[in-house]
Amino acid sequence: MIAYYGRLALLSLKKNVLLTGLMIAAIGLGIGAAMTTITVNYLMSADPIPNKSERLFAVQVDNWSPNEAYDEPNLPPDQVTWLEATQLTEAKMAYRQAGMGTSYGVIEPKGQDQKPYLASVRITYADFFPMFEPPFLYGSGWTAQADEARELVIVLSKEANNEIFGGANSVGETVTFSGNVFRVVGVLDEWEPKPKFFDLATGAFNDMEDVYMPYTLKQALELDTSGNNNCWKPIAEETFQAFLNSECVNSQFWVEFEDPDDKHAYLDFLHNYVAEQKQLGRFPREQNNRLHNVMEWLEYQEVVADDAQMMMYMALMFLIVCLLNTIALLLAKFTGRFGEIALRRAVGASRRTLMLHYSVEAAIVGVLGGLVGLILAWLGLQGISALYGDSTEGLTSLDGTMIAVGFALAIVSSILAALYPTWRACSIAPAGQLKTQ
Amino acid sequence: MLKMTSVRKTFRTDTIETHALRNFDLQVEEGDFVAVTGPSGSGKTTFLNVAGLLETFDEGDYQLDGKSVQGMNDRQLAQLRNEKIGFIFQSFNLLPDLNLFDNVDVPLRYRGFNSAERKQRIEQALETVGLANRMGHYPAQLSGGQQQRVAIARALAGSPRFLLADEPTGNLDSNMASGVLDLLSEINAQGTTIIMVTHDPSLAQRAQRNIFVRDGQVTEVQTGTNIQELLQQTAQV
Repeated sequence: MIAYYGRLALLSLKKNVLLTGLMIAAIGLGIGAAMTTITVNYLMSADPIPNKSERLFAVQVDNWSPNEAYDEPNLPPDQVTWLEATQLTEAKMAYRQAGMGTSYGVIEPKGQDQKPYLASVRITYADFFPMFEPPFLYGSGWTAQADEARELVIVLSKEANNEIFGGANSVGETVTFSGNVFRVVGVLDEWEPKPKFFDLATGAFNDMEDVYMPYTLKQALELDTSGNNNCWKPIAEETFQAFLNSECVNSQFWVEFEDPDDKHAYLDFLHNYVAEQKQLGRFPREQNNRLHNVMEWLEYQEVVADDAQMMMYMALMFLIVCLLNTIALLLAKFTGRFGEIALRRAVGASRRTLMLHYSVEAAIVGVLGGLVGLILAWLGLQGISALYGDSTEGLTSLDGTMIAVGFALAIVSSILAALYPTWRACSIAPAGQLKTQ
Repeated sequence: MLKMTSVRKTFRTDTIETHALRNFDLQVEEGDFVAVTGPSGSGKTTFLNVAGLLETFDEGDYQLDGKSVQGMNDRQLAQLRNEKIGFIFQSFNLLPDLNLFDNVDVPLRYRGFNSAERKQRIEQALETVGLANRMGHYPAQLSGGQQQRVAIARALAGSPRFLLADEPTGNLDSNMASGVLDLLSEINAQGTTIIMVTHDPSLAQRAQRNIFVRDGQVTEVQTGTNIQELLQQTAQV
């Protein structure tokens, strides 16, 4: 019967092309606006590492001022100091752990026709690679021994490898970075986790760094700090070591557990660690240690921007307005078909049968509206991309899930929009309509 | 068999109550051809709508084929209409976007017949009304008489026990009307019970049995009674 209803629906839709076009346009516009904003929100809040997001935890300890919290209500800093990044990593109390931060320096390519350029650097520990699982094109990350020995090893991003080595396998080659010669141990493939969950301090949707090197080199090479650096008291001396030993937070610290429940034991460890630090005169505030897994962290850090959410709600309101228009159009359409409906009832169609019949028609309008909506959504996303440029890269593409969501939303919306007009049409007294035909 | 006992139907608005049927008693036997006449507003069409399960009634009992229809839900009533009743309307009520084949197919779809059986029934019904060679035509391509024949084919295709016709010749000229009535007589001769509402005494006289509806009540008309006179008398009263 569904095929029969479908055939009748197409006949009916073809009969009044203008009305059909208006309904499709109304649903299409609503779906287009809704899908544009839903897609941006969806991509912003997507799980960037679904296979282990429940086992990776961002660590917060509260080394902030005794007089005021880092943020209200009594929130600890989002980042940690160099001391915590190194000491907590070296404590090795989790299955894996990695302190990290960002820096920059000049890469001097070997080719004579290549100019030196400023590269962004992620300094981190060996565990970073197995923890966050960036894909390798060549080689691998460095070892824990390299961290300890402060070896001059480097992992290149695909782009950096293309820039320096023309995309060739550069493992074993050397790269000169700010005057130091590094040995390439690995080259990453394309890797742009969105959001860049392990370091939200400089922007959740920023590009990945050009190269990676051991965090321990920060002290050894006195690498500059880039990104966010927040301090609550002056640095004791104007030396690099004093800066490292200061209470300035500029690093991130993540741990991986084999079992998410291991976080309780780790919180105990943090409690003891902070208690020890208190004895050294640090951590003047009450204990305020926190662990957030990836999705908790994204929520805590409000990665989905308020204005993006507001836009989504407004677009959904617009969809409702479009649906109200569709309801009005369907009412007009079905009112013109009271005679047919009465006839069908007279010859044996129950109300339920007719509801199904006209729901199929509404669903076809929904599919066509969904198609128009997805095209509009795609155009909308291209528009956002053109307006905001690289900062929205990765947030303006419709994937299979969103296409399915778009169609489902269109079909469900159009069926919902058709419920009242269909119910009203099916509730007419057939006798009166049959007599007046 | 169709049996109504003390059926009452009242239409209400905020200010007016209209008693369309009151203590309406009627029994129609299998194979009858009953003509229902009466002045305008007497309740003829209301009776036909109640008989055809298109309208509910307020009081009394109505048994169709031995089953009381009271208390049946929408689905049961729809099924009963589909299986036991065929409708013929004054204005044909054909669906203009469907060709003759598909128009006749409409009630069969709700019956759940498979496509082979539907095809066979449609062809046979259109054959019966003499339009088998025009299955692909659309209603607008037919004359009024032909359209009414299609409507009759649609009513017949499901092999109903009862044909309910509301002024089936009301929109036709006398030649076409006569042809349609001939066809109804043939159908009745093959065993289908027909109840026909008409305002035309000459057509009513061709039925085996005549009933006269006045003020929502039924009066059996004896054979030989001049229905035209009866109508005129009623109008004078």
